[in-house]
Amino acid sequence: MSRAELGPVGVYHRVVVYLLFAILLLPLFGTLIYSISSSWSATILPSGFTFKWYIQLWSDPRFLGAFGQSLLVCVGSLVLSVVLILPLLFVVHYHFPKLDALMNILILLPFAVPPVVSSVGLLQLYGSGPFAMVGTPWILIGCYFTIALPFMYRAITNNLQAINLRDLMDAAQLLGASTWQAAFLVVLPNLRKGLMVALLLSFSFLFGEFVFANILVGTRYETLQVYLNNMRNSSGHFTSALVISYFFFVLVLTWAANILNKDKSE
Amino acid sequence: MNANTRSKWLAALCLVPFALFFIVFEIAPLVWVMINSLQSEESGWGLANFTKIFNSKFYLQAIQYSLEISFWSSVFGIIIAVLGAYSLRRVDSKLRNFVNAFANMTSNFAGVPLAFAFIILLGFNGSFTIMLKQAGIIQDFNLYSKTGLIILYTYFQIPLGVLLLYPAFDALREDWRESAELLGANGWQFWRHIGLPVLTPALLGTFVILLANALGAYATVYALTTGNFNVMTIRIAAMVSGDISLDPNLASALAVVLVALMTLVTLVHQLLLKRSYHVSR
Repeated sequence: MSRAELGPVGVYHRVVVYLLFAILLLPLFGTLIYSISSSWSATILPSGFTFKWYIQLWSDPRFLGAFGQSLLVCVGSLVLSVVLILPLLFVVHYHFPKLDALMNILILLPFAVPPVVSSVGLLQLYGSGPFAMVGTPWILIGCYFTIALPFMYRAITNNLQAINLRDLMDAAQLLGASTWQAAFLVVLPNLRKGLMVALLLSFSFLFGEFVFANILVGTRYETLQVYLNNMRNSSGHFTSALVISYFFFVLVLTWAANILNKDKSE
Repeated sequence: MNANTRSKWLAALCLVPFALFFIVFEIAPLVWVMINSLQSEESGWGLANFTKIFNSKFYLQAIQYSLEISFWSSVFGIIIAVLGAYSLRRVDSKLRNFVNAFANMTSNFAGVPLAFAFIILLGFNGSFTIMLKQAGIIQDFNLYSKTGLIILYTYFQIPLGVLLLYPAFDALREDWRESAELLGANGWQFWRHIGLPVLTPALLGTFVILLANALGAYATVYALTTGNFNVMTIRIAAMVSGDISLDPNLASALAVVLVALMTLVTLVHQLLLKRSYHVSR
């Protein structure tokens, strides 16, 4: 049911959509204004505008460090996810289609179990002893793999179904390709765009992950979100600049994913 | 061993690394939590942790606050999302695509950054608080209260609700509304007898996801109140990573209660879904 309406009903729908937009925009817009105002307290409008908060932020080595560490952890966990999930999907769909039903239940787990719950067990299991990982980025990479899993699995499954994996593989093998060649040279290039979209979107929500990062690692390997939380006592203008910088970065990523997605459907 | 079974074995071998990582980072912690919820330092194995939780006013309050905040934020979130998603379907495609993409992006605006944005705008000295006070609309507003948290939670529920509900309106076909109109039904009758029953499964499903999302939320409330507001996730985290009174076994028990609540909600959803009207397509 999607058709633009005219007349008074059309006006009503436009007003509702603009209101929705305004509700979603308001906190962001307010933070943006706050981040570029020199001071804004006890008055309706800020007293002046400045970029000094951004300059201060982007020249803070601790911020740049946290930003880089966040990037490393996210990229690391996405590489791990691709290495683990792609072969899994290929094998499940090509060799054991019946496993897909089981997988669909398993991938619900990271979604259904809140990170706070998992971190109770993670802290005790890997806090000390032979598998001590708490406080290192390695445990985050592992945990982020589980967060990205449901999303990546669904997105790539949809893609695999769209390209008709079995026919494609049979055709490639008929033309003399081995299973490996068919998988790497024929199937993988066909998945490239879907994979890129899934990766960009996963990146944008992993970049905002706080619970695991704060409970399992904290300041021992500070990510951007943990840094943001630790900066709570500094100037509100400074944290605003931080929030806006973070959101702008995520915005660019999701925007790129959107464009790729549109290309794909056309 | 012929070539076919060998390739099957090789294929199965490809599953091992995945299984390993999944067990280490997902299954094992969960199993640890379940086993240790049944163990306590004082009285060994048994349900001691659970009796402690259900006899403590403090933990019962945490459960109550978690449920209240989740319930109301999901109710408000879904109402705004339904109205928004329906209207999104009926405006021109340029505006629709833009607002849809924007909702998509704001769904990442949760947790610590969101809490900070709200502190700046609606905190004690927030610019909106001051503006609303000067306009005489509010007397006093405390963001760090239950009401404040419900507003904050509602905000992050809206984009998720819109994302989940937008495709659901596909089930409602345009010609049904026209037929209903032709047969003399007014708008209310259409929604009462056709629109709502058709949308019910999607609405229930979305509501359950919103509830689970709010029940498990930690970052937003932690960042807003520095862990001083009594909800379940805050209590669980405080018992494993706080500075005082570490009790991983009790934390496990509370975590099991949280997961049990979420499971209960899902089961009720399944039950209601079976009884609701289904569209055969």
